[in-house]
Amino acid sequence: MSNRRWQHVWRLLPLLVVLTLLLTGCGDPYLSALTPSGPVADQQLSLMKISIGVMVFVFVVVMIIFTYVLVRYRKRPGQEGIPKQVEGSHTLEIIWTTIPIILLIVIAIPTVSTTFALAKDHWDDPDAIKVKVTGHQFWWEFEYPDLGVTTAQDLHIPVGKKIALQVSSKDVIHSFWVPALAGKIDANPGNANTMWLQADKAGVFKGKCAELCGYSHALMDFKVIAEDQASFDKWIAGMKAAETAKPTASTQLGQQVYEANCLACHAIGGQGGKVGPNLTDFGDRQTIAGYLDHNADELKRWISNPDEVKTGAKVKMPAFGDKLKPEEMDALVDYLMGLKINQ
Amino acid sequence: MGHSHAPKKKGFLMDYLTTVDHKKIGILYFVAGGIFFLMGGLEALLMRIQLIVPNNTFLNGATFNEMMTMHGTTMIFLAAMPIIFALMNAIVPLQIGARDVAFPFVNSLGFWLFFFGGVLVNCGWFLGGSPDAGWTSYPPLSTSFSGFGIDFYALGLQIAGLGTLIGGINFLATIINMRAPGMTFMRMPMFTWASFVTSALILFAFPAITVGLVLLSFDRLFSANFFNVANGGNEVIYQHLFWIFGHPEVYILILPVFGIISEVISTFSKKRLFGYSSMVFATVLIGFLGFMVWAHHMFTVGMGPVANALFGIATMLIAIPTGIKIFNWLFTMWGGQIRFTTANLWAVGFIPTFVIGGMTGVMLAAPAADYQYHDTYFVVAHFHYVIVGGMVFGLFAGLYYWWPKMFGRMLNEALGKWNFWFFFIGFHLTFFPQHFLGLMGMQRRIFTFLPNQGLDFGNMISTIGAFGMTIGTIIFLINIAVTNSKPKKAPADPWDGRTLEWAIPSPPPEYNFKQTPQVRGYDALWVEKMAGNKGMTPAEPLGHIHMPSGSILPFIMSVGLFIAAFGLMYEKVSVAIIGALITLLCMLLRSLIDDPGYHVDPTEDKGVEA
Amino acid sequence: MSANHALHTELPAEPEKATLEGRNKILGFWLFLGGECVLFGSLFATFIALRDKANGGPTGVELFSLPLVALATILLLTSSLTSVMSILAMHKKNVSQMVVWLVITALLGLGFLGLEIYEFTEYVHEGHSLTSSAFGSAFYTLVGFHGAHVAFGLLWLFALLATTGKKGLTVVTAPKYFVFSLYWHFVDLVWVFIFTVVYLMGKVGI
Repeated sequence: MSNRRWQHVWRLLPLLVVLTLLLTGCGDPYLSALTPSGPVADQQLSLMKISIGVMVFVFVVVMIIFTYVLVRYRKRPGQEGIPKQVEGSHTLEIIWTTIPIILLIVIAIPTVSTTFALAKDHWDDPDAIKVKVTGHQFWWEFEYPDLGVTTAQDLHIPVGKKIALQVSSKDVIHSFWVPALAGKIDANPGNANTMWLQADKAGVFKGKCAELCGYSHALMDFKVIAEDQASFDKWIAGMKAAETAKPTASTQLGQQVYEANCLACHAIGGQGGKVGPNLTDFGDRQTIAGYLDHNADELKRWISNPDEVKTGAKVKMPAFGDKLKPEEMDALVDYLMGLKINQ
Repeated sequence: MGHSHAPKKKGFLMDYLTTVDHKKIGILYFVAGGIFFLMGGLEALLMRIQLIVPNNTFLNGATFNEMMTMHGTTMIFLAAMPIIFALMNAIVPLQIGARDVAFPFVNSLGFWLFFFGGVLVNCGWFLGGSPDAGWTSYPPLSTSFSGFGIDFYALGLQIAGLGTLIGGINFLATIINMRAPGMTFMRMPMFTWASFVTSALILFAFPAITVGLVLLSFDRLFSANFFNVANGGNEVIYQHLFWIFGHPEVYILILPVFGIISEVISTFSKKRLFGYSSMVFATVLIGFLGFMVWAHHMFTVGMGPVANALFGIATMLIAIPTGIKIFNWLFTMWGGQIRFTTANLWAVGFIPTFVIGGMTGVMLAAPAADYQYHDTYFVVAHFHYVIVGGMVFGLFAGLYYWWPKMFGRMLNEALGKWNFWFFFIGFHLTFFPQHFLGLMGMQRRIFTFLPNQGLDFGNMISTIGAFGMTIGTIIFLINIAVTNSKPKKAPADPWDGRTLEWAIPSPPPEYNFKQTPQVRGYDALWVEKMAGNKGMTPAEPLGHIHMPSGSILPFIMSVGLFIAAFGLMYEKVSVAIIGALITLLCMLLRSLIDDPGYHVDPTEDKGVEA
Repeated sequence: MSANHALHTELPAEPEKATLEGRNKILGFWLFLGGECVLFGSLFATFIALRDKANGGPTGVELFSLPLVALATILLLTSSLTSVMSILAMHKKNVSQMVVWLVITALLGLGFLGLEIYEFTEYVHEGHSLTSSAFGSAFYTLVGFHGAHVAFGLLWLFALLATTGKKGLTVVTAPKYFVFSLYWHFVDLVWVFIFTVVYLMGKVGI
């Protein structure tokens, strides 16, 4: 087979890959930026489509010329002589400078307008729900300053409302990203960045940390739970009730173990420290430690040796596997799994 | 001041340790860069093996982060730049009709600084941990949240970077001051023009990372507060400094390759380069614009919409001169007689691949869209398309093209084709799916990914592709071995070339040109061929040629800095001072002891005709 | 006297530019200074970003003593002038005069360094150090790098002076003096910016 035909054959290969990928869909609908569920991600996808459309047009033009030239002007056996030496063409230079400039203007206008639209600070909007996001190694803290609620890992939001975020970090640079709802913004220690997002349908959207933050950067997932307004209000009420509830007498062993070992770092309701995630609604959470399946076995494995499950944090959660007796561990696990808000 | 007639013959090792000859230094850069390329490739392969399936346990998070960091650092600083320098060293003096570069001693120093810097960066593998905060090494992760390894990165790159900087100065001075008579700027070959602009970029970009690494080291070694928020520091400053270097750096990587593509396409189409003056203008414009766009790496840092929009538009502008180049290459081939030698296969394969990389670059330039793309596999796909599909393809083209000139042998064409196709197909399989992985939610720099998130299939294809690239690389190594076993009898001009390097033997004698040639036009050798001459007309009479002596001082100076770095890292002030003193002492010796050089009588050698 | 006479007839008008090596060295050094501009520019940018972050410690307004800094400035600027005089002497082929001007340059440079070391030790006693705040880190790195350049230049100058007796002024050695004076002017120019941006602006609290 001549070189020309080989090139055509092998150039099909990436296309085949693309087709197969397309057959598998555009990814997980609660994770992919290609299946937006909110106005911010929508605008971003539209901008992507405009730019890729223009770029594919350019690519097709280039490839047509490219293929033609390689086929038409390849040296044939026995061909001698020296082709005509051409210095250049002013006309062509002008054409392939001006047309790309025009194409870039086509991309630039929606780019600039979208960039400014998404930069609007909705923090002071009366309708917006304010959330302060703080990244830690390797978990996410969410505080609703107007509503007096602090939680971690699962960010509850009502569908159809603007969520105004102020994003910061307690230690290294992280990045807050929920692809199906919006682009990302960096969580820098020392200052707060603002962004907004909105979910237009209910669901559990997957969030990722998008800036290398240590050994367990890959394990710093979080969830955005978009629910109807009533459910959201119920969740808030439940969280606040836990906040204002007086601590009951420690009758259960689990609660005793918790208060003795965990409360100093992990708040429940209005009581406890802020070093680690708030665990008020832990029983309702989607995952353990952001990525483990939410069941008793995984919880036990986590508490026994957190630094082994998610290594590399500078401020480490101690290993309780050896500190607690087996019945204490089981009671603690039961207690935590029972911390449900909406029961 | 006595002149010796010829130096005593040195053994092979001492010859290469003390050489100041640009051709040998080019080979040193190639060998060292090649070894680092293989290391970087291995690091990549190990990462891809870890990512072949979700929740894989082949590498844990800590080791993966080391692999990821070292892969990027090694490939950019210790493989790509040295191989570019190898070709610049081997070829630019020949293309301008010079006998060597402006500062042969400094040339050697540049190599040894790179070499020892590179060794230092890699010492972490067996000294308690390699750097693991990414090739970008952002604080505060890299200052107060990382271990020892980061010091290898900061100090190693500092030393290697010094080497690169002085190399840039060397080529600028060489190209400005040492062109043969008749070679005006607008008669220089494109590879020389590209090397010239690249050297200017090096000169103005590297000091920024010098400062960035100094600040990083000061925070780490001396408890400074540049990036310590608690004491008033600001970690974003590092990002600015890093990318003020980092963005021109990627143009440093690609511009020489643009030069190679121009030479290869022109030679193997048997046509002069279409639109030469536009190509020169585009090269300069790309270099200039390259300094104006750095913050497009920081769109998500929170600089605000005005800064983001400005940098976004500036970034898109670079597509214009780049597009001009692509079209000029296509029209160079138009009307030509295209020979598909391996060198040209690489150049031709470069074009669609680099265009795809450029396309995704324009997509990334839109800040609002970049909020989705940033720090995902979409970016990984983009930069591998331009760096591997662009730069590495072009380097392969340059190696196949100039191998006879550097080594006196021709690389095997059949093996070359196997090398090309395995690497080319493997490359697309590896990186094309990654565009989709990024859009579907896969962030960068993650050591594993979770199942049932739509990411499994793309990752598997990507890993399979990586094996394809590995096979392609191995075939290239086999080609080198097979070629090396053959006798050195490559002709002076195996490709019917157009530029001055093909007017002298392969490999050239130590003084390059018996007589400095007279240049009468662009494509200086082609002009003579078309006029019916067998070679170049000399611009000077035959006579003794004055050559600089070799020196062991560059090697020792680099060792001195290497030692000083260890002193700093292990907090042994005396060791640091001793190392610095070794270097300073060598500088003093160099200044005090004048090198008279030696003379060569070219009539004794089999030189060029006439 | 006959040595000088010989020089008058042998050496060309601008001996530093008489050889390709000399021209290469001068060009190469100008290029290097271009890179140094970016280096100091980066340090200045860092300083400007962090100048207000004194972390509760003393600020520029409290620390800087303009008379001291003005004296140091006069010393350094004068040394730049004396290095110009040395090159003028070189062009007149008067080696002994060139050496005298270079020695004065060295002494002025040493004076500048001495004042700066004194200044830094005072500041450290007042609680302003590399580690005390981001302002401290930026100040000492910027001004310290400049001081290190002065120190290195002095070492370079001593080495040059040490060989002048033996090698004299030739087309090979002339570029060395010229390049040194380029370096010294650059170091002086950077100081003008430091004096303005760090001390003057810092003293009035901009």
